[in-house]
Amino acid sequence: MSLDLTKERGVSLDRQKFTWKDLVRIPYSKLDDDAFTRVRVIFQNGIEEEAKRFSHSCARMNKELQPHLAKIRRIEEHQQTLVNWLNPADQSPIETTIGYEQVAIEVTAHLAQNEPDPYIAQVFRFGLLEDFDHMYRYSALLDRLEGKDANNILQGYTDVIPGRPTAVEHRDPADDLREHYDKRTAHPLTKLNSLALMSGEQQTHDYYMNIGPLFADPVARALYAEIASIEEQHVTQYECIIDPTETWLEKWLMHEATEVWTYWSALQSESDRRVKEIWQRFLDYELGHLHYVRELFERFEKRDASELLPATLPDPIKYESHREFVRATLAKEVDYRANGTKIGELSDTAASIAYREQLNSEGSPTELVASNYTWRPGTELTGESSYAIH
Amino acid sequence: MAKQKKPTDIGMNRTGVGTAPTRAADAAEGAREGTANRAPDTTAINDFRELLSQEAPPVGSMPPPTSVKGATKTAVEALKGNKATVFLDKLGERLAFERSGVRLYDALLPKVTAAATNKGTLTYEELKRHRDEELEHMLTVKEAIEQLGADPTVMTPCADLTGVQGMGLLQVMTDPRTTLTQCLDALLTAELTDNDGWKMLIAMSEALGKNDLAERFTRCLTEEDEHLANVRRWIAERLEVQLGAKIPSTDFGQPAQP
Repeated sequence: MSLDLTKERGVSLDRQKFTWKDLVRIPYSKLDDDAFTRVRVIFQNGIEEEAKRFSHSCARMNKELQPHLAKIRRIEEHQQTLVNWLNPADQSPIETTIGYEQVAIEVTAHLAQNEPDPYIAQVFRFGLLEDFDHMYRYSALLDRLEGKDANNILQGYTDVIPGRPTAVEHRDPADDLREHYDKRTAHPLTKLNSLALMSGEQQTHDYYMNIGPLFADPVARALYAEIASIEEQHVTQYECIIDPTETWLEKWLMHEATEVWTYWSALQSESDRRVKEIWQRFLDYELGHLHYVRELFERFEKRDASELLPATLPDPIKYESHREFVRATLAKEVDYRANGTKIGELSDTAASIAYREQLNSEGSPTELVASNYTWRPGTELTGESSYAIH
Repeated sequence: MAKQKKPTDIGMNRTGVGTAPTRAADAAEGAREGTANRAPDTTAINDFRELLSQEAPPVGSMPPPTSVKGATKTAVEALKGNKATVFLDKLGERLAFERSGVRLYDALLPKVTAAATNKGTLTYEELKRHRDEELEHMLTVKEAIEQLGADPTVMTPCADLTGVQGMGLLQVMTDPRTTLTQCLDALLTAELTDNDGWKMLIAMSEALGKNDLAERFTRCLTEEDEHLANVRRWIAERLEVQLGAKIPSTDFGQPAQP
């Protein structure tokens, strides 16, 4: 059953309160929880991170909105804390990385299949096959550095297979630019999808930039450096598809709507009772934010927010394995390239080839880490008596 | 459903392929078909690590002799050249280890009072005594470093790396979800390393003719021997209760004196 955004007012801002003990809870279980609980936690953290990133940017450009932004941003800060602190300490940074890539694959696959704009859907599939390759490279790292099986995290939902090789994902900045949807004609779902995906990719980039230097291993340090660079390209790609002529308040309204939609989606599928209570609470908080911003929008822009917001939310994000869709996309589109804003059976631009050759001229860490890597249950060490120690 | 109380209770662990055999088989088949499926090859990784290990500088160095008049002279005269810094680096390591060891015990003490059951010889007071002895050992090493004319507040390279080694132990010890038995396993790792660390320090002291230090360090080792034996026994006692069967022998042999 969908939510009626015209009626649901959620929890008012003055009733959205926290304590430190409330914020720092016992985390989910890496061993016992369903993989999609981790996926939802990681994704919602990215959504909250973007809410604050946007809010700060907006505040720096809009004096009159500053008190309103500050008020909601403080709540978002604490929502993000509560969500992100659900990640457990026994989950190593690489294991958490596997979770991030599972988000990038399974959430993107859902969005790509449900995106009404064919060009935007193509952009999503293009990014999907690149993140799919990152999963393969990081799984090799997890196995070959920590001696652990990526499937302990993935629980069989997601394949560990090469995608578009990361070594060829490096492109000239001009080839990461994309066309944007038209804010006047785009389906509301396109706006939600685009914002949600951009949020996820940017938090992934920022996570890799933070944890990359924590590793002693030069292979891991190099691998995170290379993949973070692609995530930066992805942020460029996904921010381009959002109409830059949207006003600040339009963008704020869509951010709040995206938060409502994603928390509501998480709530529909959550299997962990304790985590589900959090999704319900934060859905109610976000409805409160949406209501508040809706009033601001109508006061400042003197137009009806219903012009932008759908009356009811689109279908929830399906947190399930999209194995068949991903494999079919892989089979058909792995060799697609981006040439300017176009994606398809195209040649790389001379600028991208030159850029890539320079970066890879002393080798590619993603190639190095996964040489002859094939995922096997229980790690590659269990599968081969012929395994050679060099 | 009854609330899960212990980590060894049957629960919902989903990490193995047995949780979802069909999904796992799909994933394995996809992996075989999606790659060349050749024998694993980590040559490139090893070569890269080797190259970087050859190129990399050390994590840091030993400080120049302290400027405290007289002390430097004593240390240099007593230990001569490079020997001084090798010995001081290992002393710095022991100091750091004992200091973190106090904190490991500090983190473990609340686990004792929080434990649901505690049958056996492990008591809060005994653990507290271990903790206080680690503190004494730390001070013993501090005095030794000062006596040699060096600065005990320095983080030496080996001290730094012992901190890196201990990061996992602290994570286990401070996680509210870990049990007392699981934490004792982490403590055992620390005590085993500590025991050998003292033996090496005594041997090095004797090799350098610092018999006074060797004697003081041997007194520390005697207490560390007891710590190790106690931790082994506490773990065995708890596992016996959990297993519901008598473990035939918990004697892993007395640690040999140097």
